[in-house]
Amino acid sequence: MKNYASFKIAIVAGLSLATIGMASSASAQMASGQVLANTCFSCHGPAGHSAGDMPTLAGKDGEAIKFLLEGYRSGNLKGTVMNRIAKGYSSEEIKALAGYFSSQAK
Amino acid sequence: MSKKNISRRTFNQLLGATGAATAIGLAAPSVMAAGHGRVVVIGGGFGGATAAKYLKQFDPSLDVTMVEPNKTFVTCPFSNTVIGGLHDISFITQSFDGLRAQGVNVVHDLVTMIDAAKKEIKLKSGKTLYYDRCIVSPGIDFKYDAIEGNSAALTQTIPHAWKAGAQTTLLRKQLEAMPDGGTFLISPPPNPFRCPPGPGERISLVANYFKQHKPKSKIVVLDPKQKFSKQGLFKEGWAKLYPGMIDYRHQSDDGVVLRVDGDKKTLYTDFGEVTGDVVNLIPAQKAGKIAEIAGLTNEQGWCPINQQTFESTIHKNIHVIGDASISSPMPKSGFAASTQAKICAGAVAAMLQGQAPGTPKFANTCYSLVSADYGISVAMVYGFADGHITKIKGSGGLSPTGASDEFRKQEAKYAEGWYKSITKDIWG
Repeated sequence: MKNYASFKIAIVAGLSLATIGMASSASAQMASGQVLANTCFSCHGPAGHSAGDMPTLAGKDGEAIKFLLEGYRSGNLKGTVMNRIAKGYSSEEIKALAGYFSSQAK
Repeated sequence: MSKKNISRRTFNQLLGATGAATAIGLAAPSVMAAGHGRVVVIGGGFGGATAAKYLKQFDPSLDVTMVEPNKTFVTCPFSNTVIGGLHDISFITQSFDGLRAQGVNVVHDLVTMIDAAKKEIKLKSGKTLYYDRCIVSPGIDFKYDAIEGNSAALTQTIPHAWKAGAQTTLLRKQLEAMPDGGTFLISPPPNPFRCPPGPGERISLVANYFKQHKPKSKIVVLDPKQKFSKQGLFKEGWAKLYPGMIDYRHQSDDGVVLRVDGDKKTLYTDFGEVTGDVVNLIPAQKAGKIAEIAGLTNEQGWCPINQQTFESTIHKNIHVIGDASISSPMPKSGFAASTQAKICAGAVAAMLQGQAPGTPKFANTCYSLVSADYGISVAMVYGFADGHITKIKGSGGLSPTGASDEFRKQEAKYAEGWYKSITKDIWG
């Protein structure tokens, strides 16, 4: 059952992020990678599987996602909208998002 | 599909529950083992359908019922492309089969009453539903009496087309029947209203249709507001694509409509009157009817909520999301409703397990089409501080003015990409 499979993947992602979260207790109020990523699905598709022209993020290299988001955040990378959105996230949140999407099945 | 496989910590991660709550939660695992929670979601739109789907994802053991009167859902987003002739109505019609496949009990009925004290919901069919927590996502209703002569009956002649479906098709047919050289008269609503950039997009896509098929036609806009969403970007696009076609009258240009005459297809202002061949009068708005019936609204007609959990500040155990809720500074958009629904579903699932809800963090992006290959957007990232949804400083904002054709084309592609992804996320 496909939905259950993706749910289990979400669980695995949640666990790994829990570990990350614990390593940085200063951000106790930070939402988990899964919760942060939920917002991204509206453009990048469920679990990062895009249905349109936005890039698919599911299963992409975590370092690459981090590089792009940090680039948009700092202004080093030009974009249409991601340069505006990435500025709303901390490096820690970007790390969690990269962790979530890279751990999703392609 | 037993939730026994899900560890307590994982569960908290999924819901975004806080670290402190994890510790509390661990002390009482029996709550989870007993694990029965009934959630009734009212409305199958961007807010309701997202909430129902994500509740099942967050906690498959939940008993989730979604009540929606219509057999399919026709989305307001992209309905302007139908009005402008770029898409057929089938493009914006969503099925509920995806939700059923997720284990959501979809009931096609109308909620006539919510008894907050008894946690009961009465349906038009006579049935009663019982809930532990209820999520209300009723969208909007109209304040017809704000303009003299306006009424629900008049919308059969003078459509609002601000709830998609039959009204969308009606307005499209009127535009198709209009002779070249005719006037499309549109009056956007006062704030606050669903989809702030929506009127600008509608004007754009009707202009796009006229340019291609009825080039002698004109558009007159009577806006009771002095400013509108993405105004600079829309006006830049109109000057470039539709020069001389759009006569936009703001509040200070006698743009406030006071009266409508359906037979004469005329809108009356303080000092004048304008007659259109096709008239699109979008009334002032308030929360969807059931919110008012259930006593969830304030004097202005909107639903005050706790902005962390979306629980009503009037009735406990009832959450309100989307257009009906007072979620400012978030706009009343489909994107906002859907992202709020995920936060709310997480909070509801956590609270049913006796856990503290997580800290919201969400975003909104609204794309608008100025033509089929000319897109513009506004975005914002939101956090939560001091009990309120807050804009994250330095984030978001509008597409740049003076951007290249290539940039606008890319945003037009992304507009459609957004529509395809969000509808797959919600109803897929």
